[in-house]
Amino acid sequence: MSLSQIFDIAGSGMAAQSIRLNTTASNLANAETASSSTGDVYRARKPVFAAVQHSVMQQQLGKDFMQETPESKGVVVKGIVESDAPLEMRYQPDHPQANEQGYVFYPNVNVVEEMADMMSASRSFQTNVEIMDAAKTMMQRLLTLGQ
Amino acid sequence: MNISFSNALGIHEQALELRTKRAEVLANNIANADTPGFKARDIDFHALLKQQTQGMAGDSLELSATNGKHLPVNQDPFSSDGLLYRLPSQPSIDGNTVDSQTEKAEFMKNTLDYQSSFQFLSSRFKSLSNAIKGE
Repeated sequence: MSLSQIFDIAGSGMAAQSIRLNTTASNLANAETASSSTGDVYRARKPVFAAVQHSVMQQQLGKDFMQETPESKGVVVKGIVESDAPLEMRYQPDHPQANEQGYVFYPNVNVVEEMADMMSASRSFQTNVEIMDAAKTMMQRLLTLGQ
Repeated sequence: MNISFSNALGIHEQALELRTKRAEVLANNIANADTPGFKARDIDFHALLKQQTQGMAGDSLELSATNGKHLPVNQDPFSSDGLLYRLPSQPSIDGNTVDSQTEKAEFMKNTLDYQSSFQFLSSRFKSLSNAIKGE
């Protein structure tokens, strides 16, 4: 039954968008988390999305079959990567976490970018909810066939 | 006179099935609206429905099995051949060609078409039941 597949597809979309929203929340919360060394400082996290069947086919058959991928069913978060953008280095000798030279390292979180990402994620989530709702209506209607 | 379901229900049965399939494809596009490299897909509803109804009328170009030992040819109308790629209107820089507004509009349109197909099918069933009861 194809209609029940829509629930899986829209559900996977909602799960992926909520993970994206989660990383955004984490990035924004840690936007001003200072650190005294480059190794300890928080780095912006981004989810990597992939179509479901894409990844399955890739694992099973190798990359040659990528072009032959007939159809995917939903989206999956393949992983969460840390941003390579340069860290912010501020000269704050009075800061408790300042290093010997008086520098404090701040995360490479771009707050404006994160806000835009947040809006995009919540809109996509909303769209997926509407799709699920439409599928629900279609299914309920189908149950009344012939009545 | 016997009642043939395929004659009585007409094209609406296939139409409803195709609409369901299309809803699935469009839902997948929307779920992958933010997936890098994902290409939006859709089915050619008209062509597929034509193919389906021709198959029903025995007027198709598909292989017919005249012997029980003939291997069946894969005649699944929903196989990947029916699935096409949408022409991108404004592809994003990561290779994604899903335009969420277009997809959503198509999905809603498809839902309404589904409802009309359903209504037709339902009324066919109602008239069949009326005919059986003789009311």
